[in-house]
Amino acid sequence: MLIPCPWCGDREDIEFKYGGAAQIAYPANPDSADDAAWARYVFFRPNPKGKMAERWVHSAGCRRWFNLVRDTVTHEITPTPAAEERR
Amino acid sequence: MSRLPEGGRIDRSRPIRFTFNGHTYQGCAGDTLASALLANDVRIVARSVTYGRPRGVFSAGSEEPNALVQVGSETMLRATQVELDDGLEAASLNGKGRLTSEPETARFDKIYAHCEVLVVGGGPAGRSAAQSAAQTGDRVILMDEQPLLNSDSDGLPSNVRVLLRTTAFGLYDQNLVLAAERRADGGRLWQIRARQVVLATGAHERPLVFANNDRPGILLAGAVRTYLNRYGVAPGTRGVVFTNNDTTAPLASDLRSAGIAVAAIIDIRREQAIVDTDGDDDGLRAVTLAGGDRIECDLLCVSGGFNPTDHLYSQAQGKLRYDERFACFRPDGKLPNVTVLGAANGEFDFAIQPCWLVPGTNGDWSAHFVDLERDVTVADMQRAVNAGMRSIEHVKRFTTIGTGSDQGKTSGINEVGLVGALTGQPIGGVGTTTYRPPYVPVSFALMAGRNRGDLFDPIRLTSIQPWHVAHGAVFENVGQWKRPWYFPRHDEDMEGAVQRECRAARENVAIMDVSTLGKIDIQGPDAVEFLNRIYTNAFDTLKVGFGRYGLMCKADGMVFDDGVVMHLGPDHWLATTTTGGAAAVLDWMEEWLQTEWPELTVRLTSVTDHWSAVAVVGPQSRDVVHTLFPAIAVDTQSFPFMAIREGETGGIPVRLHRITFSGELAYELWTPSWYGLALWEAVMAAGQPLGITPYGTEAMHVLRAEKGYIICGQETDGTVTPQDLGMGWIVSKKKPFIGQRSHRRGDTRRADRKHLVGLLPVDGEQLLPEGAQLVLDENTSAAVTMIGHVTSSYRSATLGRTFALGMLQRGRERFGTTVYVPLNGHVVAATVTEPIFYDRENVRRDS
Amino acid sequence: MIAEAIRRGALADYAERFTTLYETAGSSVSIRELPFLAQLNLRVDAGDTAVMGQVTDYLGFSLPLTPNTASQAGDRRALWLGPDEWLIVGPDDQATSLEQALRGGLGGAVGSVVDVSANRTVLEIRGSKGHDLLAHGVPIDLDPGAFGPGCCAQTLLAKAQVIIERRDEAPAFQLYIRSSFASYVADWLLDAARAL
Repeated sequence: MLIPCPWCGDREDIEFKYGGAAQIAYPANPDSADDAAWARYVFFRPNPKGKMAERWVHSAGCRRWFNLVRDTVTHEITPTPAAEERR
Repeated sequence: MSRLPEGGRIDRSRPIRFTFNGHTYQGCAGDTLASALLANDVRIVARSVTYGRPRGVFSAGSEEPNALVQVGSETMLRATQVELDDGLEAASLNGKGRLTSEPETARFDKIYAHCEVLVVGGGPAGRSAAQSAAQTGDRVILMDEQPLLNSDSDGLPSNVRVLLRTTAFGLYDQNLVLAAERRADGGRLWQIRARQVVLATGAHERPLVFANNDRPGILLAGAVRTYLNRYGVAPGTRGVVFTNNDTTAPLASDLRSAGIAVAAIIDIRREQAIVDTDGDDDGLRAVTLAGGDRIECDLLCVSGGFNPTDHLYSQAQGKLRYDERFACFRPDGKLPNVTVLGAANGEFDFAIQPCWLVPGTNGDWSAHFVDLERDVTVADMQRAVNAGMRSIEHVKRFTTIGTGSDQGKTSGINEVGLVGALTGQPIGGVGTTTYRPPYVPVSFALMAGRNRGDLFDPIRLTSIQPWHVAHGAVFENVGQWKRPWYFPRHDEDMEGAVQRECRAARENVAIMDVSTLGKIDIQGPDAVEFLNRIYTNAFDTLKVGFGRYGLMCKADGMVFDDGVVMHLGPDHWLATTTTGGAAAVLDWMEEWLQTEWPELTVRLTSVTDHWSAVAVVGPQSRDVVHTLFPAIAVDTQSFPFMAIREGETGGIPVRLHRITFSGELAYELWTPSWYGLALWEAVMAAGQPLGITPYGTEAMHVLRAEKGYIICGQETDGTVTPQDLGMGWIVSKKKPFIGQRSHRRGDTRRADRKHLVGLLPVDGEQLLPEGAQLVLDENTSAAVTMIGHVTSSYRSATLGRTFALGMLQRGRERFGTTVYVPLNGHVVAATVTEPIFYDRENVRRDS
Repeated sequence: MIAEAIRRGALADYAERFTTLYETAGSSVSIRELPFLAQLNLRVDAGDTAVMGQVTDYLGFSLPLTPNTASQAGDRRALWLGPDEWLIVGPDDQATSLEQALRGGLGGAVGSVVDVSANRTVLEIRGSKGHDLLAHGVPIDLDPGAFGPGCCAQTLLAKAQVIIERRDEAPAFQLYIRSSFASYVADWLLDAARAL
């Protein structure tokens, strides 16, 4: 699979490490989260058949973390609509 | 001999001797093992996998289901693809490969390639596609699995790279094509990224399904023409053609030109059929026609139509549809940047009357072979359908049809037709089974390429490695690093060496290569805030010129890594990580900085390989350091525990840290890795009068365990909190850090969690195996509950006995009690203690 | 003055094997270590044009802003490593002066300068088959059309992270290899050279 690094362009997936689901924000105030809410942040992740927002790092390259949307069925990758979003 | 007097693209001036099943034969340059065997009248090449029936060459290519052979150490090769080579030694297989216990001597290579257009298949369609693609000046690769192109490769422009003997076996995401090249000394795996892939892979002829259709002498019609015309071989003397289409039309004249009598042409379209065959130990002798006529023959050329070779297209999730006119499945729709051309696209020009099975004479279907390699018959398929299978995938799994090493290239579409016929479904509705890579069998050795032996995985070495080797170190793998495990003297065993090394560190002075620690340079105005968030303990009070031990957790509150953080200057820090954790910790730190904490201005740089580091350990280490750095005051007031100094010795720049992982007075000396060996030798020279002793990782483990220092990944396994380790003292309550909230979860506050404890076997000679289970009941004849396990276990010279660390449920409540360790055949008792065995007051460390 | 006797390149023990390769392969491919180059890791906000201008002034040339390219002036060069990260390379003995120049350029602005001279050693692969040799282990396209003079890239060679640079039209690549991986990479290249 080729992964489009926003900086280095398309590179082979062996140059990257997977960071799991994207767009899961660290709770702004962890102390005010109850156990259930905190557990949801720590342990629960989406596992869709289809499009999934993912976080990757170009670990053998520029070491930048970035987001993309990958279709888990076709492996089709679309750069995230909000390319600037950090989470 | 069945070699024709002339013709073929073989070199008759270059005879080649080879053996098959111990007999010596002769072929020609340009022969395959299959053509040479046919030329030598060897008709039985193998035995079938289930019934042991004799089988002969059936095809002339990679679709061969019968002629599986062993050549040297390589197994499950197709005789149709083995090029004849002087001295080749081949042997029959009975459908199963034989692994050799000999080390592999063949060389396997791997290479990446990039091109604008990759054409798979060097037939007329492929060749012309390559020619026209090349006109733009693009890089074109044209590959074919044959050793030569049908048409001359002369005349192809220089920007067309031709790869022969190379079979594309997988088409993956974004046009990655993997291809296996057969080479004289082994093979080469091609990993090709192509902007455009052109599949000109042609079509496979399929056989007809009739009783006893598997005898040696029964070949695909197209293959017969190949043997006649390309190899100059007559596969028989008296032939019959059995067909349902008009692609066999030129065959009769080809046979006659080769001097083979054409006894009959049986054409299903003329309502003729062969209903049975007869044979002996040497294969086919006669066929029986519907109506009862018997025709003597030793060659039967069969054709049931053609299947476009769309495996690669289908692997890449391309859809196929059934084409009524040519009775075949062909590509339906398009894949991005993939073009299918010619026969592979179902672009045919022939007339056919589909025929999926020819009834026999007695209602018996048990010798109507559908899949020759798997020995699957129509009777097997009937059983599957009678058992309720309707889906082609279910029938495949029930019968194992198409699961041989040929992946059903000649049987697959007949299977579809038969399922349709047996279940009354239209063929297009049955659909094909899923095509999966690899298209042809690929050996693990080819996949591995040169990633084997010492090159299997990177072996990381420190700059001091040459000294370790020269001084007889025994090494252990720590992640990718090779680290000295211990340094045996003369005929000393491991235990003796480790005890001696430990004594030296406790009583005298010892030296260790600690260059492998991960090292991350941290700079920026927000570095302190960053460290406070990353580590469980706080760093805002740490003065420049000092270091502090730090522990980090993941968001789940579990211990992740640890190390010492040095405050080098204003806004300038350096963190060490565990040897194995360096890359993961850096990626993880960057993740927080880049995704969650953009407001922090902090820059990280890996300097792991820049620094070599030497630990000088023991009560006399101060003397050694003083000898090397007379300008640095080393008394404990001037250079206290955790302080940092800059120095130089004999032209070697050194940063000195008073750090310990043994509990003794100790220093770590850091220098750029160019100087690592020189620094080590300088320390050895300075310490020689004191008997300085090099030690390895095993002694390091013993020393740190005596002090109860954990090793992340040994005491911890991702389920252990700092509190579990009794390290609540390092968890700040004054500032937020990653994982803090998880320490308040009900689960992490359970009273019955496992705690780090010390374990002293009641028999001080008994060494507990690491990983051993801990139980409460001495009687283990019935099932007992495991309440913990041993994480570290050693023999201690200092304690004069064995000891261990372990994780034990409610461990801190059990100090002074006895637990039991069931071992092979006996149960050992151990006393639970605090996890510290030596110098509890840190007198030695701070001395 | 650096006492040569006490400094050792990561591949000091490989000189003979590299020579043997040269004797076998002739001019088609040669490998040599270029040890002890000054290397500084610079991290600074590329969007801060004032600081970038100062760095240019102090360094004598501007940092490349296009990903995977290098810039140079005389015997000093800068390789793009990331949107806020560069590797500044100079001859042996210039680590201190380069560090001073970069710190001067930062002028107290936020950024980091780290001496990483001994973090990586440099291997030079030279000759008409150099590209072929690297293609055995490097997944990116090193064809001159895709990776011409002035290009650099961080990628993998077999299982080791490397920085590859092509300085000019000559058929030569510079490989920056982390010291601890150097012997693995050298062994790997020597083995792959047998398949050329």
